Amino acid sequence: MAAIGGCLTLLVVIAVVGAIWAIWRYNNLISLRNQVGNGWKQIDVQLKRRHDLIPNLVAAVKGEMQFEQDTLEKVIQARNSAVGARGVADTADKENTLTQTLSRLFALAENYPTLKANEQVKTLMEELSSTENRIGFARQFYNDIATRYNTAQQLFPDNLIAQTFHFQPVELYEIKDEAERAVPKVDLNVRSDQTKS
Amino acid sequence: MTNLLDQQKRNLSNTRLFIAGFVLLLVLIGLGADGVLYAGGFSPGIPFATLGALAFGGMSAWWSLHGGDRAVLESAAAIPLDPSDPRERQLENVVEEIAIAAGIPKPAIYIIPDSDPNAFATGSGPDKASIAVTRGLLEKLNRDELQGVVSHELSHVKNYDVRLMTVVAALAGAILLLSDWSRRGLGWGGRRRSSDSAGGGAGILFAILWVVSIVLAPIIAQIVSLAVSRQREYLADASGAELTRNPLALASALEKIAAAVEPTPSIKQGIAHLCIEDPRGRSLDQKEGVFANLFSTHPPVAKRIALLREMAYQSVRP
Repeated sequence: MAAIGGCLTLLVVIAVVGAIWAIWRYNNLISLRNQVGNGWKQIDVQLKRRHDLIPNLVAAVKGEMQFEQDTLEKVIQARNSAVGARGVADTADKENTLTQTLSRLFALAENYPTLKANEQVKTLMEELSSTENRIGFARQFYNDIATRYNTAQQLFPDNLIAQTFHFQPVELYEIKDEAERAVPKVDLNVRSDQTKS
Repeated sequence: MTNLLDQQKRNLSNTRLFIAGFVLLLVLIGLGADGVLYAGGFSPGIPFATLGALAFGGMSAWWSLHGGDRAVLESAAAIPLDPSDPRERQLENVVEEIAIAAGIPKPAIYIIPDSDPNAFATGSGPDKASIAVTRGLLEKLNRDELQGVVSHELSHVKNYDVRLMTVVAALAGAILLLSDWSRRGLGWGGRRRSSDSAGGGAGILFAILWVVSIVLAPIIAQIVSLAVSRQREYLADASGAELTRNPLALASALEKIAAAVEPTPSIKQGIAHLCIEDPRGRSLDQKEGVFANLFSTHPPVAKRIALLREMAYQSVRP
């Protein structure tokens, strides 16, 4: 009798410990998933800011850059298609196109000294340049946390919890274009004494 | 990256060690006082000097965590940022960028009207932090260098260095004050004892131990808090560079800050440990050596720059 009682106690203890462990790991995964969602929202906020700034900038430079209508139109087109993007991969793709058209616009703007002296354009360029950085940092943060979330789902024994409760790995915000990979950040600064490109 | 994580872990365990050491010093001062009182024939039953010393240390740490940041900002005559000025707007943008990179809320931003380049962060943690930079820093650094300095300061916030340094500075201050009071009390007690000749051998032994502890405690507290400060600077440089992935910008910012050798008069000596670079403009920091290392709040600039350059070199290699 005593032996059976001991065995039962042992089983109950193991079950309780197992349940506590499962709850702890499950909560850990949920917390990571929420952080991933939050990280993505951060990117979204900055992309929205970028989409709002671009029409203003195009309007401000349109008068001076009338011989670059083609580039300006491409920027607006890329911006409009990026606004309609859905999901991580689609957004990353369309935003990359926008980044490329924008960098062409800024390269061309270098040829217009009056633009660079214009206070309104300078302010807009600083704002857009900051937004580019924020997108970059938000992407960095998102990718870090998303990688941690994906790794946590694959590691044993946490993968048992992940499989039981159908946790799905999330997509990373990747830069596919080779040119963009070579130059990680678009430099939109108006100051001349830059140390980094 | 593993290196940095290891360092962060080591820092966390060191933090507990430092706090334990400071509490021990407070207990030592208190026990000494209790021992002398006891030997002097005064025995209330509880070690009230020890409890008093601990309560005093705890209270000053608590006070500096709740409202100490405002005192620090006021002492530096810091004024809130004005976003209509383009340079200050740029600073606001840079701070917001780095806050996103670090994954912390955007701290309050202040400007110190001083032409010498310097910056510091204060507050009790990421949720309640402030960053202050001098006008000289805004004028002398370009955007990338500014980003480097801000990432260094926000790393202090993210790693809870601001909280640790606030507590350590408060405890070191409490130890200094208590041992100062004890020394005065000792002079008074000594005069009294010579008149009624009470105490005996145990009293003399306690008195000697106590004198040694109240003389040594503030020096030990000072050396320890400076060691904490220096160690945190290396960590903030490294994690700042991890945020921007651009250690060279911080290196060149440090070069510019170090080149402006004049002291930063707006920043009082009491908050030197919070700054990106020693505001006293001493040449001590430039030298290497046991003495120079023991008594400065910051590691030698040349060494910090060399380490940052090394990081850049490592990240370039495939």
